[in-house]
Amino acid sequence: MSERIEALAGKVDAQLKGSVRRVPSLAHELAYEVDPAGLATVCRTLRDQEGLKFEMLMDLAGVDYLQYGRDDWETFSATRSGFSRARFPEGAPPDPNAPGRFAVVYNLLSITHNQRLRLKAICPDNAEPVLDSLVDIWASANWFEREAFDLFGILFRGHPDLRRILTDYGFIGHPFRKDFPLIGNVEVQYDPDKQRVVYQPVTITPRVLVPKVIRHDHRYEPALKDPQVPR
Amino acid sequence: MAATPATEIRNYTMNFGPQHPAAHGVLRLVLELDGEVIHKADPHIGLLHRGTEKLAESKPFNQSIGYMDRLDYVSMMCSEHAYVLAIERLLGIEPPERAQYIRVMFDEITRILNHLMFLGSHALDIGAMTVFLLCFKQREELMDVYEAVSGTRMHATYYRPGGVYRDLPESMPKYQASKWRSAKDAARLNEARSGTMLDYIQAFTAAFPAAVDDFETLLTDNRIWKQRTVNIGVVSPERAMQLGFSGPMLRGSGIAWDLRKKQPYEVYDRLDFDVPLGVNGDCYDRYLVRVEEMRQANHIIRQCIEWLRAHPGPTMIDDRKVGPPRRELMKEDMEALIHHFKFFTEGYEVPAGDTYAAIEAPKGEFGIYLVSDGANKPYRLKCRAPGFAHLASLEEMVRGHMLADVVAVIGTQDIVFGEIDR
Repeated sequence: MSERIEALAGKVDAQLKGSVRRVPSLAHELAYEVDPAGLATVCRTLRDQEGLKFEMLMDLAGVDYLQYGRDDWETFSATRSGFSRARFPEGAPPDPNAPGRFAVVYNLLSITHNQRLRLKAICPDNAEPVLDSLVDIWASANWFEREAFDLFGILFRGHPDLRRILTDYGFIGHPFRKDFPLIGNVEVQYDPDKQRVVYQPVTITPRVLVPKVIRHDHRYEPALKDPQVPR
Repeated sequence: MAATPATEIRNYTMNFGPQHPAAHGVLRLVLELDGEVIHKADPHIGLLHRGTEKLAESKPFNQSIGYMDRLDYVSMMCSEHAYVLAIERLLGIEPPERAQYIRVMFDEITRILNHLMFLGSHALDIGAMTVFLLCFKQREELMDVYEAVSGTRMHATYYRPGGVYRDLPESMPKYQASKWRSAKDAARLNEARSGTMLDYIQAFTAAFPAAVDDFETLLTDNRIWKQRTVNIGVVSPERAMQLGFSGPMLRGSGIAWDLRKKQPYEVYDRLDFDVPLGVNGDCYDRYLVRVEEMRQANHIIRQCIEWLRAHPGPTMIDDRKVGPPRRELMKEDMEALIHHFKFFTEGYEVPAGDTYAAIEAPKGEFGIYLVSDGANKPYRLKCRAPGFAHLASLEEMVRGHMLADVVAVIGTQDIVFGEIDR
């Protein structure tokens, strides 16, 4: 399996040297980060070049990295076999303008060569995240990009019909952003006086049932695997 | 002579749905018609949007398995499968062999369930009532299998990262005589349920090919059926790839692509089955592909039964961080109690990284793109629903067709809104 992946990586490097950068992935997968300026060119090459032939865009996912790696409940490193103690995190909330907040991940599939490849493009600007639209290259990008626009507010330059797709008509905000509350901002109710459905601010309070915990578990941390080190 | 008054011809814009029985759920389709010919079709989706992916970000990994059932609610366990597969890949664990066979068997049972639903509703939509009733009779028998193994007829939550929730039961639930069901009727219904669950499924697989023959007798050479489906919604192989088709929609256009063969997961590489292909890429070919897939799924189930009978063993990985300890052990072992507590309160942490796990769901490629930042909850979960890409092509498939063909095309796409709206 990994020889096939490395062979593909060799071809990608030969064709696209300089415009893509390989990023770590699981052993049977291949992932690249692409410079947003050259996104369309890279994708066209990936689709058309002999040896690559990624004819299909299977999936397009927006990601908001605002709270990546931040937990509700910090833990010290674990002992070799036990669980560690928890403490509450310190420091300011994450900065929404920190660079590299929004990214779009493309999952490509080559039917000719039976290969998959993942591309990640990080939007250069947080206030107005824009990427090139890939509708001209893969028609399936149309709705996927509409979805990423709707849920994350990522704009796609050159998209023929960038409307909201999943949220309600007249919805305000982009619900999958990490700073959008899980319970939302408005709720709907039938108003018997006005005899129609009305919007009002949400009345339920948000709560966290299970805190988010990041553990540096001994199974995945080489430094913790050493049985000689008592903690 | 007076000039003939200019007649104003306007296209007709019509709403199809969101409460239309043939819309397969909550599809609002804005159609622009010239007479009965469709010029434009604009599907408005999202009426069933529940924010599954956002909800999953707020819960430990295992608590979202149940949400996966509710995505594509006619092929429940397949969506679970992709989700647990993604978690397993990030954790770097592999379920025991028996669990893999059980998963494959239930994936194929689910495939039959899904295709029966497809066939029944597709036929009903374009005018054949009998097939619908026959399909639902068969579906009912498989629903009982779901119930026996998981306790629920639909939303099973049966797969777990590291295996399946429990081993196959030794007995099937039985009917009881009541005011509405005579003792004789109950005994007749219980006949197939007297043995183990595998006996019951085996009896089903023995009878099922004849049932498929019945469906085919009613439809395959039926003149009306052919008039409604042949050359309707034709998609060329090139367009099918451009539009991101997968599953029977792609194979109906003649592309030999099946993840079970090409990128085998679990034990599919050890099983014998064929992948049917269409030629013309129309509704009729896709119907034929799905019918043959039911027969092949039946064949796979039989192979799994044979293997499962001969190989008892564990169905869950022996790792206390991923699965709970045995109940008896918990009562006497302190460490087991701690593991139990931590497992059900905090869950388990998945190492940081991302992965895309795809399986061949009945409708096509169902994929889960999972990003973990090392926490006990997913950082980002993206469900790649096959129906989403299929419905996006609806306009292209119906343009130039008659209004009545919209129903045929929606049927052939096998649309389910649970997975499209998520």
